Amino acid sequence: MDLKDKLIASFMAFENNVDIDHPVHDVRTEAIKNFETKGFPSKKEEAWKYTSLNSLQKIDFSIFPKEVNALEYRDVKKYFLHEIDTYKIVFIDGIYSSYLSETTHDGVDICLMSSALTKPMYKQVIDVYFNKVASKDESLTTLNTAFSREGAYIYIPKSKMPKKPVEILHFATGNEASLLLQPRNLIIAEENAELQIIERHQSLTSNEVLTNSVTEIFAGKNAIVDYYKVQNDASTASLIDNTYISQKDTSVVKVHTFSFGGKLTRNNLNFYQNGEHIDSTMKGVTILGEKQHVDHYTLVHHQQPNCESHQDYKGIYGDSSTGVFNGKIYVDKIAQKTDAFQQNNNILISDKATINTKPQLEIFADDVKCSHGCTIGQLDEDALFYLQTRGIPKKEARALLMYAFANNVLESVRIPELKTRINKLIANKLGVRLGFDL
Amino acid sequence: MLKINNLHASVEDKDILKGINLQVNAGEVHAIMGPNGSGKSTLASVIAGKEEFEVTQGSVELDGEDLEDSAPEERAHKGIFMSFQYPVEIPGVSVTNFMKTAINESRKARGLEDMPANEMLKLIREKSEMLEIDRKFLSRSLNEGFSGGEKKRNEIFQMAMLEPKLAILDETDSGLDIDALRIVANGVNKLKSKDNAVIVITHYQRLLEYIVPDFVHVLHDGKIVKSGGKELAFQLEEKGYDWIKNEAVV
Repeated sequence: MDLKDKLIASFMAFENNVDIDHPVHDVRTEAIKNFETKGFPSKKEEAWKYTSLNSLQKIDFSIFPKEVNALEYRDVKKYFLHEIDTYKIVFIDGIYSSYLSETTHDGVDICLMSSALTKPMYKQVIDVYFNKVASKDESLTTLNTAFSREGAYIYIPKSKMPKKPVEILHFATGNEASLLLQPRNLIIAEENAELQIIERHQSLTSNEVLTNSVTEIFAGKNAIVDYYKVQNDASTASLIDNTYISQKDTSVVKVHTFSFGGKLTRNNLNFYQNGEHIDSTMKGVTILGEKQHVDHYTLVHHQQPNCESHQDYKGIYGDSSTGVFNGKIYVDKIAQKTDAFQQNNNILISDKATINTKPQLEIFADDVKCSHGCTIGQLDEDALFYLQTRGIPKKEARALLMYAFANNVLESVRIPELKTRINKLIANKLGVRLGFDL
Repeated sequence: MLKINNLHASVEDKDILKGINLQVNAGEVHAIMGPNGSGKSTLASVIAGKEEFEVTQGSVELDGEDLEDSAPEERAHKGIFMSFQYPVEIPGVSVTNFMKTAINESRKARGLEDMPANEMLKLIREKSEMLEIDRKFLSRSLNEGFSGGEKKRNEIFQMAMLEPKLAILDETDSGLDIDALRIVANGVNKLKSKDNAVIVITHYQRLLEYIVPDFVHVLHDGKIVKSGGKELAFQLEEKGYDWIKNEAVV
């Protein structure tokens, strides 16, 4: 049985374990119908031209883990931003680990999707927000919607700010030979609220893992949301991340994506501007080697006047790694005075590495500022010579230049400990002895 | 210290240096002047070991050792320093961290341990005070957003930190106002000793009022066409390079 058939067959088993009378289940039923019609995307589709899911579909993934596994904090501590205190929502093989987590209901809700989808006290919020910005016809999103049951639920009421950042961590323990995970996150920052989130998916063995994640983020008027995605997974772990963001007036949402590892990673990042004076920012650092593949597929839909969007993605590709950057910007006719900026710079450090980069601008307003640029190159020889004349050997000089190239994307990271972590990860990935502490 | 014998160099089959002879001894300051395109910057880059240039004939020796097979970093470890006309910007690496890296790489090449942190800080403080460099400046990213003057002063700061045997200053005066020029020149003069040497490459005589050369060489079409004392620089300022060019043709 191929993966699609297996998933459709599993939906009935899934229904035995959820409340099918809950209105959310109508949404799931609609979604599975869509997935049944569409199936997995193929390379024939323009949006999937450079990323093939064929080989993943041949793997016999377990869809529901058979038993609950436990992890000791000391064994996984390094995957947490343990330098600072954080709220933690932790899942092990898709199942919530209360032992590793630290949730709260103190003025804000930082807890579980499974509660939000079942308990009456959350019903009103779920009615208003659940599946409201996520696509209803993109097949992988609908697949996730069909099986949506667990994930992170974060609700920040008007003018509130949690005391500390929130970490969402998913561990795969290798209990199953191959495991499919479908976390579903719902994040709401009401008017004037502020929130910082760090998300990480980590496989702990060499068993195959495929994560098809959907995150919906709603930023109310004047809200500020910083979302950091740390992707440094095992070489047998694949991730399809579908993030949908809806913003109201004067809100600021920044998503940073750090892609340093994993077998196949697809980041579908979609911003919808539903108000004026909105700032939508996407930043990415990608450093790949071996046969790793990362596909950044971004969309900003400017639907109202006087808004900004900023995209800055840097990539360094070695060995036989492949990268894709596809940046779509839609500017509706009404969205005058839009200021949209997009930049994608890449360095190829191996003859076998590949990058496909494509800006895609569709502008229907006449008074806008839209700029885009992409570069693919090698390191600047003059810069290398400069460092060498200071006594820095060529190998270290190259690493230092790549470090500098990637590093300036980090300026906007607002959690200093995370910034230091990412700095170190970058240095580590590039094999650079920096000769100084960060 | 430095001995250049009949040096020919080319880039992409275009001959740029066509037989340079030059000897620089410890304690001396040499100025190399010449019109644009005469090969001044190429000469600096060839001494520093830039791979883009091919040495087709002749040699560059430092303390009797032929540098032909030495990479730029090895030349730096042997005591050659070149100040750049256009220093490279390195975002995310502070001036201090860059100097730590450079000094410790040089020490590593000489089989030494990293310089202890307190010693490094002391050295940085001492040299930055000498060059009137603000401490805040040292934590900024290397050359990023620096003004022309700041870049040049930072080059001299690096020279001070690395204490080279032979310093080559390539067009250090270009783009500097008089105050910045004075500070840079002062720094170079303070670093001068009987054990080191300086080669100043410049188009104009202006800088040489502050860094007084023992010898002035005029480069034209890849060759040194005239050498003399510091008075030669004043003559050039007065008569222009055409005077030398005409003489060279004759």
